[in-house]
Amino acid sequence: MKPRSKRLMLVGGGVALLVAAIALVLSAFQQNLVFFHTPTEVAEGKAPLGKTFRVGGMVEDGSIRRAGDGLTVSFAITDTAKVIPVSYKGTLPDLFKEGKGAVVQGRLEADGVFHATEVLAKHDENYMPPEAAHAVEQASKAAETLSQ
Amino acid sequence: MIPELGHFALVLALVLALVQAVVPLVGASRNRLALMAVGRPAAQGQFFFVVVAYVCLTIAFVQSDFSLQLAATNSHSATPLIYKITGVWGNHEGSLLLWAMSLALWTVAVTVFSRHLPEAFVARVLGVLGWVSVGFISFLLVTSNPFERLLPAVAEGRDLNPLLQDPGMIIHPPLLYMGYVGFSVAFAFAIAALLTGRLDAAWARWSRPWTTVAWVFLTAGIAVGSGWAYYELGWGGWWFWDPVENASFIPWLVGTALMHSLAVTEKRGAFRSWTVLLAIGAFSLALLGTFLVRSGVITSVHAFATDPKRGLYILALLVIVIGVSLVLYAWRAPRLTGGGSFGLVSRETSLLANNVLLAVAAASVLLGTLYPLFLDALNMGKISVGPPYFEAVFVPLMTPVVVLMMVGPFLRWKTDGVSPVLRRLAPTLGAALVIGTGTAFAVDHVTWRTVLGLVLAAWVVLASLQLLGNRLRDRSGAARLSARLRAIPSAWWGMWLGHLGIGVFIIGVTLVGSLDATLDVRMKEGQRAELAGYSFVFRGVQDADGPNYDAARATIGLYRGERQLTTLTPEKRLYRAQGMPMTEASIDIGPLRDVYVSLGEQLEDGSWIVSLYYKPFISWIWLGCLLMALGGIFAAADRRYRRTAEHRSTAAVAAAGRAA
Repeated sequence: MKPRSKRLMLVGGGVALLVAAIALVLSAFQQNLVFFHTPTEVAEGKAPLGKTFRVGGMVEDGSIRRAGDGLTVSFAITDTAKVIPVSYKGTLPDLFKEGKGAVVQGRLEADGVFHATEVLAKHDENYMPPEAAHAVEQASKAAETLSQ
Repeated sequence: MIPELGHFALVLALVLALVQAVVPLVGASRNRLALMAVGRPAAQGQFFFVVVAYVCLTIAFVQSDFSLQLAATNSHSATPLIYKITGVWGNHEGSLLLWAMSLALWTVAVTVFSRHLPEAFVARVLGVLGWVSVGFISFLLVTSNPFERLLPAVAEGRDLNPLLQDPGMIIHPPLLYMGYVGFSVAFAFAIAALLTGRLDAAWARWSRPWTTVAWVFLTAGIAVGSGWAYYELGWGGWWFWDPVENASFIPWLVGTALMHSLAVTEKRGAFRSWTVLLAIGAFSLALLGTFLVRSGVITSVHAFATDPKRGLYILALLVIVIGVSLVLYAWRAPRLTGGGSFGLVSRETSLLANNVLLAVAAASVLLGTLYPLFLDALNMGKISVGPPYFEAVFVPLMTPVVVLMMVGPFLRWKTDGVSPVLRRLAPTLGAALVIGTGTAFAVDHVTWRTVLGLVLAAWVVLASLQLLGNRLRDRSGAARLSARLRAIPSAWWGMWLGHLGIGVFIIGVTLVGSLDATLDVRMKEGQRAELAGYSFVFRGVQDADGPNYDAARATIGLYRGERQLTTLTPEKRLYRAQGMPMTEASIDIGPLRDVYVSLGEQLEDGSWIVSLYYKPFISWIWLGCLLMALGGIFAAADRRYRRTAEHRSTAAVAAAGRAA
């Protein structure tokens, strides 16, 4: 092989490898994005059924109930405007409390209940998960526009 | 008084950093030795004053001086002494001071271990490091003064975040920072070389040990952080693809590429512009990591700051560093043509391919970490990118990396043939296929991921053994095995151990991913639960209060059959100062499996929720990291890097002898 064609093959191979790798990354990215919806958006039917997404807001006061097995928990997430019932099986984070911010990830099923596979609360007393804060903020903005 | 002293010392450090940044660079460009010589004492003085500032801050924490804002918000009089000391870096201001101190420490190390380098080069390196110091110390003084007073003082502090009151806090941040900041030395070497236009094998040889040592710290820091998250967060995961973890993993990937690319530049003179770009990239990404973690754009235990001014300052610093380096690069890179040519099948090609893959992997993590932040900043909706994305990307990207990692050392530099290589590799590859697939069937978990992981791991181990065998056979001149082993250079052992570490790591990741088992149960006194062949007997809960928390401690007997192995004591703590609950897991650690128990809530009927985890081979993950770090230490300790120094001192001794 001539040095010139050898160099071409090397560069061509490198570019092909790079393109394949980038294609892989981008397609994986597209398939695994998890969107965030506020409880109001979920109530308005803007969130997809049977697809994983996140909902954030405050855990409604007095909404936490444990099922007979003691492990399945149901509670409600609210952005102060709308309330979404959530069911979750597993251990809750230490800082999960009624009246505090939380974010849940899972699927909305046909029964209208959000089946969470993951529950996130804050890392310490001073912070609220940004998504939860965002949801409450959106709801209060919407309320202001309505009252005007 | 002491905080003011610290503040003053920090101002003096800034002044000396400015001197270190300006004078040696001027000296180097005008070729004035006297000016270049200012670099070393200025850097050492800067280090001294940063340490004084740091010690002053620590004294204020230890004395519980709550007239100091930082101590009042991050310490408590009842906090154990060790967490008063480590609490200094458990907040934004203090952790940046630790950053500045690591930078000063690396700079002093350069002044000490650079006697054999040309004066003008050292002057430029110190100048560049000086500018980085100026950036960080001024950042501290302008936006994040750790010595801010709180008037009037409060009677009691708010205590350190309970998650951080853990032995992990003692070693994880310093190790990680030494790693992050260590890349600034590789960066300074690259910029100094760009300034002189001399990017040659000598430059690569000088940079290599520094880069490797920084990489060792980063590897160890990430591994300790992962182990800490594993036992502290209470649900047995070891890596979460959390933005903060990614912020340290991205520079690690690029640093790994840089280490290998430097090897090619030193040995063969190739990849020079690529190596420089990686050196700039590794440091810029370490800065970006600092920005992500410290600016408050992501919420996590690591993000303390919420002041947008601070984020903006680091962002500006980042833009300056990247901008100036890339302009310099664009100006000098066209001169960097040439270097050793190499064939399609050669060690260079395998290293180049791995470099490209590592860079793509780093870019994919960067994309997954930054894209949600971008969308959010542009108000285009909130999304999150979780573990499924990273796992979908990493398995296909890292598989060829691991294959090439084992093929590379069997290839010759410059050029090699396909069929001889295949002949060399076929036996181990065949054996690995059989062993890996067989093991997957033996543990009864035949999925393509398990098979792939086990085959790769088996091949890494077998090929490593083959490599060692070849190495010993090549040197058959010396008769005794021990002599032949001793003849192998330390750098070779470093490569061997580091690669073997990857194999051990893959075994851990694969088996814990495939075979782990979890059970959440509700338990009352005397009740029994079964998981993965182990029995757990719940013996009740007692109070177990600590110095600054109240705790409920469960006692759980762990049995295999009828034989008791140990007693596990998971706790649920409530830290008094912040009223914050914490789960403290209890783990029976073993070489082949961990049994992990954490205590949940108490239910109305008096029973407790208990989470039980069986984690096979999980400690192999950290054993693999340890081997990698050990490999780095061996590589950096190679005699070659000290040869010039020794050479010169023997020459000096000889000259002195002649004079006498």
